[in-house]
Amino acid sequence: METETTTNGTIEAAAKPKLTAKDFASDQDVRWCPGCGDYSILAQVQRVMPSFNLPKEKTVFVAGIGCSSRFPYYMDTYGFHGIHGRASSIASGLKMARPDLDVWVTSGDGDLLSIGGNHFIHTLRRNLDLVIMMFNNKIYGLTKGQYSPTSEHGKVTKSSPFGTLEEPFNPLTLALGSGGSFVARTMDRDPKHMQDIIAKGKGHKGTAFIEIFQNCNIYNDGAHELYTEKDTKPDHTIYVENGKPLLFGAKKDKGIKLNGFRPEIININDGVHSINDVIVYDETSKELAMIVAQLCDFEDFPVPFGVLYKVQKPVYEEQMEEQITDSIEKLGKGSLEKLLFAGNTWEIK
Amino acid sequence: MEKTVEVLKSATVRFAGDSGDGMQIVGSRFTETSAFFGNDLSTFPDYPAEIRAPAGTLFGVSGFQIQFSSQDVYSPGDEPDVLVAMNPAALKVNLKDLKPHGTIIANEDAFIEKNLNLAGYKSNPLEDDTLAGYKLIKVPITRATNNAVQELGLTAKDANRCKNFYALGITYWLYDRPLDITMHWLESKFSKTPVIAEANIKALKAGYYFGETAEIFTTRYKVAPAKLPKGIYRNITGNHAAALGILAASLKSGLPLFLGSYPITPASDILHDLSSFKNFGVKTFQAEDEIAAICASIGAAFGGSLAFTSTSGPGMALKQEAIGLAVMVELPLVIANIQRGGPSTGLPTKTEQADLFQAILGRNGECPVPVVAASSPADCFMMMFEAARIACKFMTPVIFLSDGYLANGAEPWRIPHETELPIIEGEFRTEKEGYFPYMRDEFLARPWVKPGTPGMEHRIGGLEKQHITGNVSYDTANHEFMVKLRAEKVKNIENHIPLAEVEGDQEGELLIIGWGSTYGSITSARERLLAKGYKVSRVHLKYLNPMPRNLGDILNRFRKVLVPELNLGQLSMLLRANYLKDVIGFNKVQGLPFKASELEKKVIELLTEK
Repeated sequence: METETTTNGTIEAAAKPKLTAKDFASDQDVRWCPGCGDYSILAQVQRVMPSFNLPKEKTVFVAGIGCSSRFPYYMDTYGFHGIHGRASSIASGLKMARPDLDVWVTSGDGDLLSIGGNHFIHTLRRNLDLVIMMFNNKIYGLTKGQYSPTSEHGKVTKSSPFGTLEEPFNPLTLALGSGGSFVARTMDRDPKHMQDIIAKGKGHKGTAFIEIFQNCNIYNDGAHELYTEKDTKPDHTIYVENGKPLLFGAKKDKGIKLNGFRPEIININDGVHSINDVIVYDETSKELAMIVAQLCDFEDFPVPFGVLYKVQKPVYEEQMEEQITDSIEKLGKGSLEKLLFAGNTWEIK
Repeated sequence: MEKTVEVLKSATVRFAGDSGDGMQIVGSRFTETSAFFGNDLSTFPDYPAEIRAPAGTLFGVSGFQIQFSSQDVYSPGDEPDVLVAMNPAALKVNLKDLKPHGTIIANEDAFIEKNLNLAGYKSNPLEDDTLAGYKLIKVPITRATNNAVQELGLTAKDANRCKNFYALGITYWLYDRPLDITMHWLESKFSKTPVIAEANIKALKAGYYFGETAEIFTTRYKVAPAKLPKGIYRNITGNHAAALGILAASLKSGLPLFLGSYPITPASDILHDLSSFKNFGVKTFQAEDEIAAICASIGAAFGGSLAFTSTSGPGMALKQEAIGLAVMVELPLVIANIQRGGPSTGLPTKTEQADLFQAILGRNGECPVPVVAASSPADCFMMMFEAARIACKFMTPVIFLSDGYLANGAEPWRIPHETELPIIEGEFRTEKEGYFPYMRDEFLARPWVKPGTPGMEHRIGGLEKQHITGNVSYDTANHEFMVKLRAEKVKNIENHIPLAEVEGDQEGELLIIGWGSTYGSITSARERLLAKGYKVSRVHLKYLNPMPRNLGDILNRFRKVLVPELNLGQLSMLLRANYLKDVIGFNKVQGLPFKASELEKKVIELLTEK
């Protein structure tokens, strides 16, 4: 038997005090297209995993279908490559059954928001302790280039030669509207930021939703380049941080001001405005999160990145365990014999 | 007036009224009392899909039939001896089934012009000669009930709602049933509103005393307790038995139970029951849809639970892709399909056996899944337990088939003691030396390794697996090998299930072969035929995939094989395909079980034709 064929790590996590990124790489060849943004996401996840100090065997990556969903094969942890759209459901069942496990979902914009849209919104409102990473490349990659639920209106693709007729989802407002307790966005071309956001998502108790702008260099190359390239990035992105003013631009002189519920861009050095006019971000404000999440829907406004919303809410699997514990406390541990013979019984002699 | 007492071997009563009249409630009470009294019995609740259909309409009629006996009972009876008709629509819908010269207890207060019109009666059938061939007993049930509860000062609506218990009281007198079990039930059911309990008890007693004192009943009937095998009994419906069966399997395997489900008629009671078993550590999850329900169960199976999902036909259709996933990842999972009339939404509250193909042949690709079916309400317990045993031993999803008739029908169940139940093997591998995710044991099952086991991290999924390593493989030869391996794994289960047993002569002219809920009707029909001197053998299948390995041999020992099914011939087609036997189908798709008389007639036809 060739030893190379095993997919199972031979390194026992418990015996190794400190894991490295390499320990999380499985022996499988990574089969994404060269230049795909997924490589960066895999690298950042493998880099931050050791910082959580969790044994590898406690970690499970669950995925649906699509390029993003091959992710579990490349992690030397437990993994489940499910069926299209259902990663959230498989992960939810696993987490309910095994709250001791650290469960992650990797998905794409088609898998999570289209065929898996129903599961996505319900998973968010339940608030299981999961991390859901959505690789958003605004296209169907694995099926070779059809429009996705995040493709812009009018987008010409193989399945929309005359342009799409539908408005795209804004994944952040969808997540907020679904009752998500942690909503964030990062991008493949900003490794440090991605590591930071993933670590924050992992640190959140509840469902952490992280949208990752990811480039599909084959079917939708440059979809995010306005936000990722050095010369355009400063004016088209805004990095939100809790407790900090919403500033952007190369010189950090542009800010977001609220006029009622309407955001406005101001220049804090124009003599009329000052830093005091700029909103100071509060990640616990859902109202603010909703406004900022929609900035990109206004023309000439920057696209937000960072943790937009984070609040503590009851966690589903903990409540589930509590009901069981309470019931055992009240009724005693169930006896099958008693249950079978419960109710009106009679004896035939 | 002198009242005579006639001793009967068995009797069949049908309660019929508006869907808001509480017919299912009094039917259940009659059942409970008769069971407690020691009769063998079988019930058939038959109600519309609408919760409260407009009052007085034909489609809003709800019925509950019970056959109870001093001997074994296999079916709820073909023709009621007594029909309780709470309104004209109930009479109209049910009269055709009543035995010639049968008794009708009619609530004459409800036979008013409006209701007669709704039921399509041109004149009042209680007054003209419509019911000439029957024994008609007109009772002013509404007025009598109101009089009985008057002193309690209830609202007119609440007082009116007690009339079902008045009707029940009459039948209790007629069949010499005790009142106390129902009175206790009412007291506990309405413990928070004792006045409602009191009113219903007053109505029940008033109905009973009406039977005793009224001059219209000349005969009272006695149905003695049945001589069932020794043991402690309870009355149980198929869905309750199924819920207890899977719970028992969880406890006998040591695997925590996880149910992912989505509400659907007629399967929801299983979800309700298991949701209440919290102190057994049972985890139940009402998902956003059928697909999420089964996928969550698959996730729980990966995590080491005894995973279960319950549904009915339309939900089953939605789950098929995920069942394919469970076949590919080879995790144990029990899927209960409580069949109903289809296709599409079909007849949600009616029974049918038309999902056999869906169970055996559903899904894309070559996708073998073991299938078992319960034959009676109480049998749902053991067959659910069997489904779990097969799932765990062979690392495979298993489909359990029941149907609306078994799900809601009830019968006495000799309760097994916990110690009588076998242990279910559900072991996790923790030995990492020599481990590969898709290695096989002697049953061709792969090892079950729970996440959390150090050093055995592995990935599974829906893509084709390389034999032994479990790595993703697009190798064409490996694919064919794996397809055959999965088929062989399921086929091999035939060596681990009971052989088919022939009741009656082991060879001869005619064999009846059925599956699932037709067990009772076929048994009743066969007993009648035997009594008339016909030779009829029978086999009843509880294992549909794989089928018992001696079945082909049995089929070939009979000249004719009759296959009664509540579908257009699905088992027939499988038997023909598998065994090249030219079986004869007998099929009915009316949302109702077979009547023993229908089967009897068909068999006599077959045996007398040249």
